[in-house]
Formats: sequence, structure tokens, C-alpha cells
Amino acid sequence: MLYREAGDFKTSYQADNQTFPIRFDRVGLRVVLVLALGVVPFFINDYWANAVALPFLIYAIAAIGLNILVGFCGQVSLGTGGFMAVGAYATYKLMTAFPEVSIIIHVLLAGGITAGVGVLFGLPSLRIKGFYLAVATLAAQFFLVWLFNRVPWFYNYSASGQISAPEREVLGYAVTGPNAEAWVTYLFCLLFLIFAAVVARNLTRGTMGRSWMGIRDMDIAAEIIGVNPLSAKLSAFAVSSFFIGIAGSLFFAVYLGAVEVGEAFGINKSFLVLFMIIIGGLGRIGGSLMGAAFLVLLPVLLKNVLVGSLGWPTDLAAHLEFMIVGALIVTFLVAEPHGLAQLWRVAKEKLRLWPFPH
Amino acid sequence: MPDQLLFAMEVFLNGLMAGVLYALVALGFVLIYKASGIFNYAQGVMALFAALTLVGIMEGQVPFSHLINAVFGTEIHHFGWHLPAVVAIVLTGVVMIALAWAVNRFIFRHLVGQEPIILFMATIGLAYFMEGVGDIMWGADIKKLDVGLPQGINTWIDESTYEIFGYGFFIDNLDLWATGIAAALVIALTIFSQYSKQGRALRAVADDHQAALSVGISLNYIWVLVWSIAGFVALVAGIMWGTKSGVQFSLSLIALKALPVLMLGGFTSIPGAIVGGLIIGVGEKLFEFAIGPLVGGATENWFAYVLALLFLVFRPQGLFGERIIERV
Repeated sequence: MLYREAGDFKTSYQADNQTFPIRFDRVGLRVVLVLALGVVPFFINDYWANAVALPFLIYAIAAIGLNILVGFCGQVSLGTGGFMAVGAYATYKLMTAFPEVSIIIHVLLAGGITAGVGVLFGLPSLRIKGFYLAVATLAAQFFLVWLFNRVPWFYNYSASGQISAPEREVLGYAVTGPNAEAWVTYLFCLLFLIFAAVVARNLTRGTMGRSWMGIRDMDIAAEIIGVNPLSAKLSAFAVSSFFIGIAGSLFFAVYLGAVEVGEAFGINKSFLVLFMIIIGGLGRIGGSLMGAAFLVLLPVLLKNVLVGSLGWPTDLAAHLEFMIVGALIVTFLVAEPHGLAQLWRVAKEKLRLWPFPH
Repeated sequence: MPDQLLFAMEVFLNGLMAGVLYALVALGFVLIYKASGIFNYAQGVMALFAALTLVGIMEGQVPFSHLINAVFGTEIHHFGWHLPAVVAIVLTGVVMIALAWAVNRFIFRHLVGQEPIILFMATIGLAYFMEGVGDIMWGADIKKLDVGLPQGINTWIDESTYEIFGYGFFIDNLDLWATGIAAALVIALTIFSQYSKQGRALRAVADDHQAALSVGISLNYIWVLVWSIAGFVALVAGIMWGTKSGVQFSLSLIALKALPVLMLGGFTSIPGAIVGGLIIGVGEKLFEFAIGPLVGGATENWFAYVLALLFLVFRPQGLFGERIIERV
């Protein structure tokens, strides 16, 4: 009834091309934003922040980043974990080297450094394509993790080989360190997610995004009609790594606080983020959010049901989780290759015609 | 001869042996890729699954005992028999064939005509699924696998090299056996694909799906066949690695070691898989021996990838791969 274009008149090109063309969507978005920014912080506690909210926000940023590379530019990357590690270690080095600078700047700078590393490992993509590239990005994954593990300069020669975030404040509230409160960390990550989503959405519908999609759909044809593959591929690697670096930085500094690189940023992290964008929907910004939410909530749910309610052993639940995630990936690829975002879109199409579908 | 050179030679030989084991895993990848264009990430997990099943059958474990015990509150673990290795290997082979059939029936038949990258991601999902199933079926603890292959230092090589160089080389018997078995496997597969009717059909499918269909070759049959063969190769690899380092989760990671081997050798070439395996095996051992101590060690984790990456920049199709021709 409410969900339709009728009566929602557009009088300019700008209005015609907006992200949410239907008024109901725009109102809905505002309601969600008000809830997320204005209501949730008053109710969030440590359990919800650490088990659900922070992982969701941070993985969503990483998924948006990876989606730009895989979903929009068609360059499959299995190096997400390694790039997140770059973001984390860059933040650590910056935090300890320049303690007086604001953490917000550190996080953004860490993203920038990761973008540089991403471009470096993206260079082979000009020669290598498809699977070969996917496997080549594994070189980034293993090399970077090894580098942070073995070169003591990166962890400031600490005896344990771990890095841990010192306490930093924004506007007088601790964001990192043991004294950070749940609502502060939540808001901090949420603002970065909103920033990432807005930037990503606007990049992907502009010139840059179109050249990415051209490269994805057929690189030779795109080159012939004037897309420069060098700048298109490398910019995709740069933007993607920038967001992934921010995610890694937040993952270390705000969420975990202390990190051992092989454990926190191993190959499994790369696959996890890849799964998020497959389940969510390749080439859809909203899909990244849905995929991240799904794969963050699923283990929490399974654990609560299997271990909490049924009393099964934890390891059995963990193996079942593997099985279910694997089966879901396959099911999605078979039944709905475009992911949750496509289901959402179909639902909206149906809703527009409801209740008179003919 | 200087000691350093002798050490390097020993490292070189051990690298060759390790390379054979990498090649064994890579072989399974190449077979499936050639026949169906699917890059099967799950090959390593298939090796793990095969090894787990083999141990489970030999020891008479009850499959899914963990799950059954958790659901029904029972306490069952073993049937209480010990099967001889040969029988268990045959039974595991049957399980792998059933798996091949199921994979085709429930996954890849529905994905015909999808983009290669979608198929690749499906195999990642399959890998996760099988890892979970394997662990639930047989338990996640580290198991010992002993099918009667000899292990330990080969005294003959040790003694004869001691006589020649005054320094005995340490070569594991198991590695020698693995080399022999891998060589036999490659020869058998080559003969099979060159001279048997099924082998010819297999190569026809690899060449062109539609043309193969039009001359009456059943794609479903060929795919089940090739997945079964890959399952068999995985079983052999699983036995070798399982005997060497115990049947455990890390076995599935050998798939990751096989990837650079494939890149180096080319995805479509069986000799490429062997040569690539040897290069990677020797390269990473020698690099660790010569450069490793200078940069903090454990370079084996990434050396193969970086080598393959640098190599690909100059030759994108690998050593023996078919030339990539792009058309619009």
C-alpha cells in the first residue's frame, strides 16, 4: 500500500538517479539510522557489542571492500586476511609512534597504507586473470602474515610477538583499551561503516564504478571502448584495500584489543569475508551488509541453540557450523547465485504490486 | 667435498621427495580441471576425508558416534573390529565413488554453464562442508595411520652415501615409496587416458563439452568418473600424508600447497603438475636452507606462492599450460 512510486514525483535528474527512489525506502533508511545512532547506544551492553554488533560492523566494512574488488571489478581475491593484518599493524605502529594524533586519523591512514600494499599486490592482475589471480592473492595472504610474525619491528620487539592497543580517546571517551565502553566502540565503528557504505555506493555508480563493471563483464571489450584496465584494476584494488585496511584496523584496535597475527588474520578470515559477499550478493553494497549480518549471527545462534539449549559439546557445534556454512554456500550458489540482496530485491518488486499483482 | 654442498644436496633430495607429494595432490586438481573446467579447491579436504574414512574403517569406529551420543545420550564408539588395510582401502574407495556421485548429483549438475569462478566458490563451500562432515563422522582428534608402508631412514642410501662422500644422507623410506607410487599412478593415468575408451571420452569432454555430447558421450557419467578418479588420487595422497604426519585437520591445508604447484605447472597439464611439484619442493627447501636463517625462518609458508606469482607475471599460463587465447 505504502510501498510504491505512485505520487512520488521526480522533477530533476538528481532526484531520478537517487539511491533510494521510493519514498518508503528513504523514510525507512532514516528510521534505521535514527535507531542505530540514537537509540541502540543507550541499550547496548558488553555482550551484545562484543558478540554481535562490533563483529557485524567491522566485517561489513571488510565485505564492502572485498565486494568492490570481487563483485564490481571481478578480480577474485583470497588475500583479505593479509590486508586486514596490514591495517591492524599499520594502526599499531602509528598509535605507538604518534600517540598525540587522533585515532580517527590513524585508522584512515592505516586504510591508506593498506591501499598502497593492495595496489602493490594488485599489479600482477594486469597479467594474470581468473583463478591464477585468485591463487596469486594467496601469496599476499601468506607473505604478509609471515612478515608480521617474523619481523620484530612490526610488533615493537614485544616478547610475546603480540600487538595490543594502547588506550586512546575521542572527545574524551576511551575508544580503545580496556576502559572503552560498549556504546562508544559501537558508535565509533558504526560511523566508519556509514562512511564506507556512502563512499562505496557513490563510487560504484560513478565513472569509476562503471569502468570497474566494464572490466568485470569483459575486460577486452571494456578496453576497446576506452576503459583503461591499468587504472580501473588498480583503483579497485586500492579502494577495496582501503576499506579492508580500515576493517582490520578496527578489528585490532577496537574489537580485539590484542592480536596474534596468524590466529586473527589467517586464511580463514579471507574465506569468511568472501563467503559473506557470496551469501549477501556479489556487486551489491546492501548485500555486503546482509551477508556480514548473516554470517555473524549464524554462529551465535547455533551456539546458543546447540550448546546453550541442547547441551551438546562445543566442538561438535563448531563442526556442525562448518557443515552448515558450507552447505549454505553451495545452496546459495545453486538456488540464488545473486545472494540475499537479490531475494530482497525480488521481495521489493512483489511488494510494489501488492495486493493487485495483475 | 665441502660440508655445505653436501647439506645442500641432501636438502635438494628431500625437496624432490616433498615435491612428489605436492605433485600427488596437484594431480587430482588437474584431472578435474581438465575434464570439467572446475577448479576443485576441495581436493585437499577430499584427501583428509579419505584418510579419516580409512582410519575409521580400519579401527572399526562408528560413524557419527559423536552426534549420535549427543542426541540420544548413548555411549557408542567402536564396532570392535580391526580390518586389514587392503579391505579398508577398497571400502574407502567405494565411499569416495559414492561421494563423487553425490557431488555431481547435488551440486555440479545444477551449476552447468555457470561461470568458472562460481564453480570455484562452490568447491570452497564443498570443502567447508566436507571438513565438517569428516570431523562429525570420525571425530577431530589426531589419528595414526599405518597401512604397512615402511618408515624411517633408508639405511642403504645412508651407508652408500657415507662410503662415497663420508656423510650419510637422511632419506625417509616412506618418501621413496611415495615417489614410486606417484610415478606408477601417473603412468597408469596416462595409459588410461590415452588408450582406454573411457579415457578417450574423458579427453573429448575436456576438449569441448558440446561436441562430446553430440557424439554420444554422457557428461554425467564422465564427471562421476573423473571425480571418482580424483577421489582415488586423494585417497593415495591422504595415505601418504597421513602416514607421514598423522591424520589431522592440517592435512586439508596441503591443498593450499598444491595451488602454487598448479600455477607453476599450468592447470591443464599432468606433466606440469609433476614438474611444478618438484620445482616447488626443491625450491622451498633450498630457499629455507640458504636464505631462511637470514630472515627469521619459516619461509616455506609463502615461498611457493611468491615464486609462482613472479613466474606467472612472465608466463601467465604456467610452464606447460595451454596458451590462453582471448576473444571478444
